[in-house]
Formats: sequence, structure tokens, C-alpha cells
Amino acid sequence: MPTHDVLVIGAGLAGQRAALAAAEQGVSVGILSKVHPVRSHSNAAQGGINAALNPGDSWESHAFDTVKGSDYLGDQDAIAVMCEEAPEEILHLEHLGVTFHRNEEGKLGTRAFGGASAARTYYVADITGQAIMHVLYEQLMKHSDSVARYEEWFCTALAMDEQGECCGVVTRNIADGSMQLFSAKAVILACGGNGQAWKPTTNALICTGDGISMAYRVGAKLMDMEMIQYHPTTLAGKGFLITEGARGEGAHLLNAKGERFMERYAPNKMELASRDVVSRAEQTEINEGRGFPDGTVALDITVVPKKRIHEALREIVLVGRDFAGVDITKEPIHIKPGNHYTMGGIKTDIDGRTNIPGLYAAGETACVSVHGGNRLGANSLLDTLIFGRRSGADAAGRAKRIEGSRPSRGALEAEQASIDEIAAREKGSGRRVSEIKQELGTTMDAKVAVFRDEAGIQEALEIVRRLKEEAKSAYIDDKGNIFNQDILGAIELGYMLDNAECTCVAALERKESRGAQYRTDFPERNDEEWLKHIDLQQGDDGPEISYSEVTITQWQPEARTY
Amino acid sequence: MADYTIKVRRFQPESGEGPYWEKFNVDLEPSLSVLDALLQAKDRDDGSLSVRCSCRAAICGSCGMKINGQSGLGCKTQIGEAQELAEKKASVGSGDGTIVIEPMGNMPVIKDLITDMESTHWTKIRRVTPWLLPHGEPPEREYVVEPESMIDITQSMACIQCGACVSSCLSMEADPDFIGPAALAKAYRFVGDPRDAETKERLHDLAHDPHGIYDCTHCFSCIDACPKGVAPMDQIMRLRRKAGEEGIEDPNSGHHHELAFVKIIEKKGTLDEVALPRESFTFGIKGKLKPSKRAIKEVIGALPTIFRTIRRGKVRSKWIAPHHKLPGGAQDEVKAIYEHAEEHREEFNLYIKGEEGDEEAAIAEGLEPPPHAPASEEAAQ
Ligand SMILES: Cc1cc2nc3c(=O)[nH]c(=O)nc-3n(C[C@H](O)[C@H](O)[C@H](O)COP(=O)(O)OP(=O)(O)OC[C@H]3O[C@@H](n4cnc5c(N)ncnc54)[C@H](O)[C@@H]3O)c2cc1C
Ligand code: SF4
Ligand code: SF4
Ligand code: FES
Repeated sequence: MPTHDVLVIGAGLAGQRAALAAAEQGVSVGILSKVHPVRSHSNAAQGGINAALNPGDSWESHAFDTVKGSDYLGDQDAIAVMCEEAPEEILHLEHLGVTFHRNEEGKLGTRAFGGASAARTYYVADITGQAIMHVLYEQLMKHSDSVARYEEWFCTALAMDEQGECCGVVTRNIADGSMQLFSAKAVILACGGNGQAWKPTTNALICTGDGISMAYRVGAKLMDMEMIQYHPTTLAGKGFLITEGARGEGAHLLNAKGERFMERYAPNKMELASRDVVSRAEQTEINEGRGFPDGTVALDITVVPKKRIHEALREIVLVGRDFAGVDITKEPIHIKPGNHYTMGGIKTDIDGRTNIPGLYAAGETACVSVHGGNRLGANSLLDTLIFGRRSGADAAGRAKRIEGSRPSRGALEAEQASIDEIAAREKGSGRRVSEIKQELGTTMDAKVAVFRDEAGIQEALEIVRRLKEEAKSAYIDDKGNIFNQDILGAIELGYMLDNAECTCVAALERKESRGAQYRTDFPERNDEEWLKHIDLQQGDDGPEISYSEVTITQWQPEARTY
Repeated sequence: MADYTIKVRRFQPESGEGPYWEKFNVDLEPSLSVLDALLQAKDRDDGSLSVRCSCRAAICGSCGMKINGQSGLGCKTQIGEAQELAEKKASVGSGDGTIVIEPMGNMPVIKDLITDMESTHWTKIRRVTPWLLPHGEPPEREYVVEPESMIDITQSMACIQCGACVSSCLSMEADPDFIGPAALAKAYRFVGDPRDAETKERLHDLAHDPHGIYDCTHCFSCIDACPKGVAPMDQIMRLRRKAGEEGIEDPNSGHHHELAFVKIIEKKGTLDEVALPRESFTFGIKGKLKPSKRAIKEVIGALPTIFRTIRRGKVRSKWIAPHHKLPGGAQDEVKAIYEHAEEHREEFNLYIKGEEGDEEAAIAEGLEPPPHAPASEEAAQ
């Protein structure tokens, strides 16, 4: 049985950073990912990463922007940690080799981003996530003596010991289909978000909420699951993202009449208001008939100087050209709000600890909560790195302290049996996995999106519960062992359905409008009753609800205007 | 919505049978991708059809494959364009007009379109010591470096490790031990990085490895295959040039070969090498030679230093081959580009000067050759 002190599940930025931090403490580390690490979704982050590193900027200012951006649902102690440690993290990355953009003096240069009071976003052209992730992977290769990599291994479940502590995981080696039990003194989940439960989404096909669901199934608490971010600038149809960097560089949003409509919604920050604000403004324009016939508004990047476009926004020149047939340097491109980010997730403290001893979570899978009701652009990469590092370090500390127990074969056998059962389903015994996934995605996008109301969410919840039943008999074609993606798809469907159910339950519960949760039947923010987190835990009939306090240190809730 | 037929080279390792072809009918918008078509076939007809994919947006590097014989990304190739190419090929007697999809070349196939990248790609990436080796302790704040140097290496940082270049590389076909385009582009990312302290050692290593930088035959395939504009051949040329500058002896005389090569092009406009004219200067028809703008750009990427070397009298051109002369004004245009390149001493880097066909901005910045430079877009396809 492969045995490590610390085992990291997921090799995006959060996972890789956690693994490197744990290895620094001299413990044995394994990192396991269902795709090759550099294929992880952190690649997609184009815009950049925030830190108050410029002279004249301060971490308090960054923290306040984040608190306000979160619509006061973010925990201020966690936000303070993130913003205070951000500058050091950027310098660390720079020293490892990230090719951050330089100003004329050859020092680190910044760009402006939405919801921020200063230009504090550091970037590498518009491949920031990719550049950072490839550099971390370089470090993993460098440190292959102390970090074992399991590339293309799929985690199916967490293994628990008799004391209710997490002591390992059950996995499938995708290359040959063998099931393997791993033993670890601490397991860190860094499995990314759940965007694939919505369609369309900016998220990659692998973002199926695996970590959130696996943790939920063993009793971990989830938090803020209703908070799903819709990004203001995505391409209709496929959901590809046009980075906020475009607006940071000065691009305008126009309705079909050519009006810069943000004047009416956020007269000061205009296009650079918080994402929830901009998405609602766009959706309102579209709903009230001022959008284009294809249900979009326009993003005009032609106002940005061409040289600047090529230097800093090249990726979206390519996205425009290859995926929308539009030359963004010459004409506006049609965009709409689209599913983008999971603010909620596995509830953790500032060291990544969940309510289950031995189980940690970091990155988009986790909810610390630094994003609260709405994540600011370029704060997510920061979240993955800061809390990835802190989880790795704390998990290593735990591994040094405790004896650890071996997971029982029972966990492995149960997973094997469930996979055998899926493979044994006869063709035609039920629906195809792909059909159920399709219905789930369109349902969530129609009912649990920018504007929500009780009837819609309730309807979505009922559909999700029906789909959960149908998933039990959904059949697959591939019965083999080698690279059986069909089996993995069926397992991922189960994860997505858990995620969707939790989102619906929490969205129904929160009877107010805050951040990404806008209830047309409760259009106001209600601090009196709802300045609190909604926590969910698996019960017999679905998620059970409880509440927890929002940590408020120095910033009292105020009305939020941009 | 339109109907397409895709013909996929399949291999099911557990069936006991060899590879075979299977056709799938799909219907989707022409602007959607070949990957979308494959996923539709997988969703509707056969879930065992296997292909690595994740981002759908040419970012993650999962979906390298050959489409109508050309290496690239499934998610970045529009199905409509793939169909047009298939039909064009059929009109000159190659294929039956259906889109042909195969796994990448130069790699063992595991299942359907899934190849073994570990043994052919990642081992070679690890071969070039792919991490920064700075000198001493890091500074208190950031390393202060030339802003352009970061933009310069960002071109090789743009690599998504998809393997398309490896799949298409002619040298790799002849010499499987060739370090190859992707790994050498990765090597340039460190050699070009002013923070790295081992530049000379790296260059020495890559120059003396018989499968190193002089093993590339300038076939341009990797440049055409690369979905991210990394232009691996360019990075290899830069490595060679830097090795030359460092005075590193080239065991195979490849550096001299390169100088001669550049000189011939300057004089005559083209070079009678089998692969080169095919890929870069002609569209296959003799007598109609016209330099492709893209190909010329790639060549001049390596020029400025070479001119310097020529002036310092280091050139002994010892290899002159018979060649075709360019017709009409094309020859003068090539010369003009050379002069411009020499004058401006600049690198051609997409992050600095933008995409092909976007001259306005670049001219305004003084980065683009004058507009009378030859522009034969289709030759570059
Ligand atoms: C298009 C786009 C642009 C963005 N731009 C920005 C930006 O500019 N700035 C910013 O700060 N943020 C941005 N974000 C958000 C940010 O990229 C993500 O939130 C962040 O990268 C998540 O990182 P992660 O490490 O948590 O997860 P990921 O990078 O998603 O990694 C998840 C890992 O978990 C593994 N995994 C998942 N399930 C399993 C399983 N069952 N078994 C084994 N392994 C598993 C995967 O293989 C993968 O390695 C953007 C997001 C998108 C979609
Ligand atoms: S140019 Fe060189 S590296 Fe590129 S494909 Fe040809 S031989 Fe390979
Ligand atoms: S250089 Fe280009 S083709 Fe080669 S692996 Fe990198 S991105 Fe792919
Ligand atoms: S699916 Fe990511 S590159 Fe094609």
C-alpha cells in the first residue's frame, strides 16, 4: 500500500503549492491527480494574481476591497491572513522563476482589476495561471526525491479509521484500471471547483466538484454553497472566458444601442465594479430588451491600444479568433454572464483544517471563507497559493505529531464493488450518463444563476433529486480497464449531483440577496437575519442545515456601491 | 448545424485486435471543434472512444492529435475547416473527403487517441534540467531584469506541453533520441532567463549532446504544428546562436552550417533543401516559388547576431548548394527583410509584435518589416 505522511489530492495550484510546502518540512509527500498536473484547471487563469506589494499600497486596502467584494460574508481574519501574506508569496514565485510582467525599471509591474481600489494585479501576459503552474511543476520535478507524483490517478473516496479520522484514500490508476488504497496521516483535498454542474461554464471538463462531494460523503461540513459566481464576460454557447484583464486594460461594455450601460449601475467604478454587480447589470440589460438578439451585450476591446492588446491580452485575441471568429482588435465581441467559480466548498479554518481530523482542503474546493458572496478577480490564485501552503505546512506538522492508522481494506472493496456494479449495467437499462449531465447543466443554468427565486430553485432541486435516482441506473459502454473514461464520467456525475443538490438547498435557505445570490423574491441584503454562513452536512435525506458566524474584525458591514 | 463524418483511427488494447478505422456521423456548428465532434460521438454512440481533454480552449494541452495528417489540438481545430481541408485533399486524390483523426505521431499509442507522453515527451523535458538555477540567495525583493527579457521568454513559457510539435518533428522520426522541439523550447526558457546562472553549462550540454540542438533539420513542422505560437524551431535557433556567441564548439559544425544557410537565403532568396522549400517557401509547385511571410519571419529571428558574427569575420561559408532563384521582385523583398532585420536587431516575438497579418500596430511600433514585404498567407498554411 503506497504510504505517505501527507497525501495531496489534486495538482492544480493549491495542490502543488501544498505538496511543496509539506515537503519543505521534511515529511514524505505524495501528490495525486486525475489529469497530468499541468493539465489542471489553474491553467485557465489569465488575468493575474493580487497582492499589495507596490509602495503606497497596503494589505489593509486589499483586505477591505476583498471584504467589500464578498458583500461582507467573507471571514475577516482569513482575509487578513491572505492579504498580509500575499506580497511574500508573489516574491517567492518570482524567485522560483515565474516571468511576471516588468515595468520600465525592470521591477514587477501591475494592472487594474475589478473591485480593487489600486492596481495590484501581477501577471504574465494573459497566461498567469499557466505560467505559475508550470513553474510549480518545475519545482515538483526538481524535488521528485521528496514528492512522489501519481499522474493520472483518480481518487474515488476518502478512507476513515475507527476514530473518525481521515487516514487515506481509495484510488483508481487510470492507466490500468487497478484500484489502490493509499495510507496517509493527513489528506489534503485540492480538487478545484464544480462548474461542470452548470452548462455552459468557463470551467474545464474536469471541474466536477469531486473534492467537495468526497468530503461531504464522509461527514465534512460544506459552507456558502449557494455562492456561485457568474463571470460578466463569457462567450455565449461554449462559455469561454474573456479575462477581466480586458476591462482592466480599459475595454467598455455596450448594449445593443451602443450605450455604456455601466454608467447606470456603477457610476464610479463602471466596468470595474465587482463581478456580481456587472453580471447583474448585463443580465438586466438583456432581460429588458437592450441586449443583442443572441442574448448578449458587447465588450469593446478596440479602445485598448493594439500594442497593449498583443503584449497583455494575446490569449483573448486567440480565443476571439479561434472560438468566436471575431478579431477583437477591430470589433466588439458579444458576451454574457456565465458560470465561473465556486465560492463555497469544504469549510476550513485558516490552516486548511476541516471538521474531520486528518482531512484538509485548499483552493477552489475549500471555503475558508475569503471570497464570501463574491470573489474578486485575481484573488483566487492567491487563495490557492496562500492556503495551499498553509495546509501543506499544517498537515506536515500533524504527520510529525501523530502515529497514524492504516485504512481498512473494506473501503477499497466497497469502491471496487460500486465500480463493478456500474460496469455491469446493461445497455438500455437506464439513461446515458451524458444525457443526465446535460439535463443537470441546463437546469442549473436556467434556475440557479444570476437571478433566482424560490419557485425556480425548488424546481431545480426536484430535478436534481430525480437525476440522482436516474444516475443509479445510468449505463456506460466501456467495460475495459485501460483508460476507461466512461467509468470515471459516471463517478463524476455522482459528484456533480451532490454539489448541485447542496447549492440548491443553500440557495433556497438564504432568503436575501447578497453577492452572487440574488433572490428576486428577497431583493435586499438583510444583515439582521442573514449575516451568517450556511453550513451543510450530509444527513439521511440530503443536506442538513446549520449556521455559523461570520468573523468580523475591523470592517463593519456597509451598503455596497461602486 | 451541419453533418460531418469523422474517421477515427481506433485502438482498443484489451480487444486483442490491432488498430482499425471507424467512422462516426456527427452534426454540429462548423465553428465548433474537432474535439466537440469526438465528444459528441462519445456521448451519443460509443463511450469507449477515448481522448484526453479538459479545457476545450487550447489551454491545458491534453488533446494533441493528428487531423487530416496534421498535428495540432482537437479543441482548436474547427470542424468546418477540417472538412474543407479533407475535401481539398480529396480533390488532389488523397483521401475520400472525410475528416481523418489519428493519435499523435512519434509516440506509442495506449488507446484510441491517447498516447504515451511520459516516455516520449516528459522524459525529454526532464532531460533539460527544467527548473531555474539562480546564483546564490534570492534578493530581498524581486530580481530586477530587462522588461523585454521577460516578454521574450514568455513566448516559450506559453508552451502548454501538448506534444503536437513532437508529433510532427521530422528529426524525431529519424532519431527518436533527439531531445526534440518542446524540450528545447523549454531549455530556451531558462537560457534566455537573466535570473538563471547556468546559461553556459546548459548551452554546452545541449550543444554537445549528439541528439541536442544541432539535431534539428529546420523542417518548420513544429512551428506549423504549435497551437500557441511557441515556434520551437525559433527557440532552437536562439539556443544555437547563443551557443555560438559563448564560443561553444559545435561538434557537428552545425553553427557554420546555419550561417551559410542564412547567407544563401539572403543572396538567392531560397535554399534547395527538400523540406525547407516545401514547408516555407513554396506551395509545392516549382517555378511559383514565393516566400511565405511566416517562414521568413522565422528565419530572420536568428539573424541579428549572425550578422554581427559575419562582420567580425567569423564566417566561413563552406557549404553552398545549388538552388532555385526566386522569381521577379521576391528576391529583392527577401533582401529588404534582411536589411530591416539587421538595422533593427530585433527578435520576432509574438508577445512583442502581435499576430501575423496585424502589421499596422507593429509598424507603428517600428517592429514590422516594411509593408512591401512578401505576403503569401496561404503558403504558410
Ligand atoms: C477561465 C478561468 C479564468 C480564471 N482566471 C483567474 C484569474 O485571472 N485570477 C484568479 O485569481 N483566478 C482565476 N480563475 C480561478 C482560478 O483559476 C481557480 O479558482 C484556481 O485555479 C483553482 O485552483 P485549484 O488548485 O483549487 O484547482 P484546479 O486547478 O482546478 O485543480 C484541481 C486538481 O484536482 C484534481 N482532481 C480533481 N478531482 C480529482 C479526483 N477525483 N481525483 C484526483 N484528482 C482530482 C485535478 O486533476 C486537478 O489537478 C479563473 C478560472 C477560470 C475558469
Ligand atoms: S524544425 Fe527541427 S525541431 Fe522543429 S520539427 Fe523540424 S526538425 Fe523537429
Ligand atoms: S511547443 Fe507548442 S506544440 Fe510543442 S508542446 Fe509546446 S505548445 Fe505544444
Ligand atoms: S482540451 Fe485542453 S488543449 Fe484541447
